[in-house]
Amino acid sequence: MVAFRELALIGIILATALVMSQLSPYFLSGGNLRSVLVGLVPGAIMAVGMAVLLASGGFDLSVAAVMALCGTIAAWLTVQGVPVPMAILLTLLLGLLIGSGNGALVTFLGINPLIATLGTMSIARGLALVITEGYNISSLPDSFTQLGEQGPLKLPWMVWITLALIILGDLALRRTRFLRQVYYIGGNERAARVSGIPVDGMRVFTYMLSGTLAALAGILLAARLSTAVPTAGAGLELTVIAAAVIGGASLAGGEGSVLGAVLGIAFLSIISNALTLLSVSIFWQIVVTGVVLIAAVSIDVLLRRRRV
Amino acid sequence: MSGPPLLAVEQLTKTYPGTRALSDFNLELRAGEVHGLILAGVTAPDGGRIMMDGTEVRFAGPKEAQAAGIGTVFQELSLVDGLTVAENVFANRAPVGPLTWLDRKRLFRETQSLLQPLASTLSPNRRVAALTTGGRQIVEIAKALSLKARVLLLDEPTSALSLAEASNLFTVIRRLKAQGIVIVFVSHRLAEVFEIADRITIMRDGQLVGSYDRSAIDPEQAVRLMVGRVLSRLYPPRAQSTGPPRLELRSVRSGPVGPVDLTVHAGEIVGLAGLVGSGRSRLVRALFGVERIDDGMVLVEGRPVRLRSPWHAVRRGMGMVPSDRKGEGVFQRMSLERNLLAAALNRITRMGLVQPRAGRRLGQELVRALGIRARGLDQAMVRLSGGNQQKAVLARWIATRPRVLIVDEPTQGIDVGAKAEIHRLLRQLANDGLAVLMVSSDLPELLGMCDRIAVMAGGRVQAVFDGRSATEEGVMTLAAGGGAA
Repeated sequence: MVAFRELALIGIILATALVMSQLSPYFLSGGNLRSVLVGLVPGAIMAVGMAVLLASGGFDLSVAAVMALCGTIAAWLTVQGVPVPMAILLTLLLGLLIGSGNGALVTFLGINPLIATLGTMSIARGLALVITEGYNISSLPDSFTQLGEQGPLKLPWMVWITLALIILGDLALRRTRFLRQVYYIGGNERAARVSGIPVDGMRVFTYMLSGTLAALAGILLAARLSTAVPTAGAGLELTVIAAAVIGGASLAGGEGSVLGAVLGIAFLSIISNALTLLSVSIFWQIVVTGVVLIAAVSIDVLLRRRRV
Repeated sequence: MSGPPLLAVEQLTKTYPGTRALSDFNLELRAGEVHGLILAGVTAPDGGRIMMDGTEVRFAGPKEAQAAGIGTVFQELSLVDGLTVAENVFANRAPVGPLTWLDRKRLFRETQSLLQPLASTLSPNRRVAALTTGGRQIVEIAKALSLKARVLLLDEPTSALSLAEASNLFTVIRRLKAQGIVIVFVSHRLAEVFEIADRITIMRDGQLVGSYDRSAIDPEQAVRLMVGRVLSRLYPPRAQSTGPPRLELRSVRSGPVGPVDLTVHAGEIVGLAGLVGSGRSRLVRALFGVERIDDGMVLVEGRPVRLRSPWHAVRRGMGMVPSDRKGEGVFQRMSLERNLLAAALNRITRMGLVQPRAGRRLGQELVRALGIRARGLDQAMVRLSGGNQQKAVLARWIATRPRVLIVDEPTQGIDVGAKAEIHRLLRQLANDGLAVLMVSSDLPELLGMCDRIAVMAGGRVQAVFDGRSATEEGVMTLAAGGGAA
């Protein structure tokens, strides 16, 4: 059931890796690959939620800000002496709460998701800065930063957690009856309602999922850096949305997969890593992200036109 | 009616991906006639030629057709909701004063002078969003006339109109005809074609069947020509006997509708007749949980149920085919298969996981059982004809094995062949023990299909007729009379 789009992305990623292995001796080194994988973690986790959300015709601009806020809250709690498991649980709950706030605004007040989550994004980013007074929170307890430490295959635990989430998320969206319903909501919300699909409940759920995953991304990011940075991930929400679209999602809803969105993030990361290794300015990487997004969507439009 | 025809179409061919929509189509239109065209499409042709006033013309797109004096009012109206009537009529050709300021007074005057012959009381300053479908159609026609249209193409103009609005439209058409404007009237509804048209062209599967003067053909012949075979009986035979009550309404109220008492038995098709606004649609939508039930009791299979949303209704074994097929019925961009399975995912789920193979099997089964014509289960819904889309919506509910099925205008805007098939299917479902509640504005359909007909007016059921003995006059009198009976 893996679609053409996903296979094409895997092919392009492998081709890029092949070219890069010729251009730079460091590309295939364990250290480089590991750092690419670790760097992927926050974006990939948020891409899981975004894929579900976009399939339902929803949209969440607040993920990166929620990630930063939750990272700082988790760090702040542990520094205050709250036991680490408790701090993590409370932070995940906060993400869930912010997500249900987004969901309620969109579902029950009928506010456009772009506007609702734009507001939440600003609030979350602002609160992160207020709590930290703009400074980073460091010297986190060891039991917290463990998540960023090595596990099997010399990969940090957070990579394994992310991988598990991606597999579960992809399977759930592809195969569970519960999440399959989001495609119908994204396809035609009114028809979904008349088909007996609990549209309101599902909508709130998708935003809750997105918020909770953003909180998890924040916790893992803080653990990896041993520091919570209130300005972390500025602009990352747009990268995540772009990645999901590259992976086959549509802002109109009804399409896309978790695997596609994650492959989209992976592709963007590899490109950015390649440019870094080739000593291209970091500023150019932002330009390239835009070019890749527009190219991917244009190719898709052209292919569809021919298929008709 | 002599001289060269105003518009002649010779051997026109149009191919859509997968279907040849039109082949070797010939048509002649003369000034000042209403031409009834049954089934047609309107896009750039692939072959053949179009003659206007005896000379060949070519239209690359609607703009050029407009310039040549052909105005079209499509099924899906193309007005901008947020603008006023006048702004819509003159779209991007609004009269401007110095400095290209919009000349509002002139805009108002010119729009009014266009609306006047249409006998319309519409104010040019009304917002289009506030108009009924009938009002919007008038605006579309005014827009076409403002472009000096000599040929006016109306594609299914009455499909969304109430009876009163439709008869208004007919008055307008007759007036335009008197001014020498040719009107091509595309419709699936035979009765109105015979009411309004001077000549009738019948098409079937993209082929021209023939053009006839109205006096030279009667509706029965027309049906035969459209279906391509003799329909010995238009409607399937009625129920021999019915089972226990399946759906019971006791003093049900929803907004302005009610209190309504009504019972539908297993194996029975009960019709809801009435004019637009009589509360039929509101009532069945409330029964399915789309609208709120304010008071009263609903029993399904003898047990009181709370129907707060369609989700609840589906869990009680109910299904509904809504009247707004495009808005509430189909998922246009999704595949036929996904459309068919929308309400029955639980039937193809094992241990929480949807089984793609089981889904495909169920989809194929439904396509076969309902005779849905599509290139395959993966074909996008939007590419199916209206009749096949409607069958797919019906199939979606059959897949859930419902106990009660509500159908709201089940055959609106679909061709005669698909209509007959849907009738046959509904009767077959009833014979298999389903309780069917059917809303329809097509009175002959209700009279032909239903075992009992409840007539609604002013939000209440005025009377319940036996389907065999009910007459069109009897039902109409009550439907139009409000609470008089």
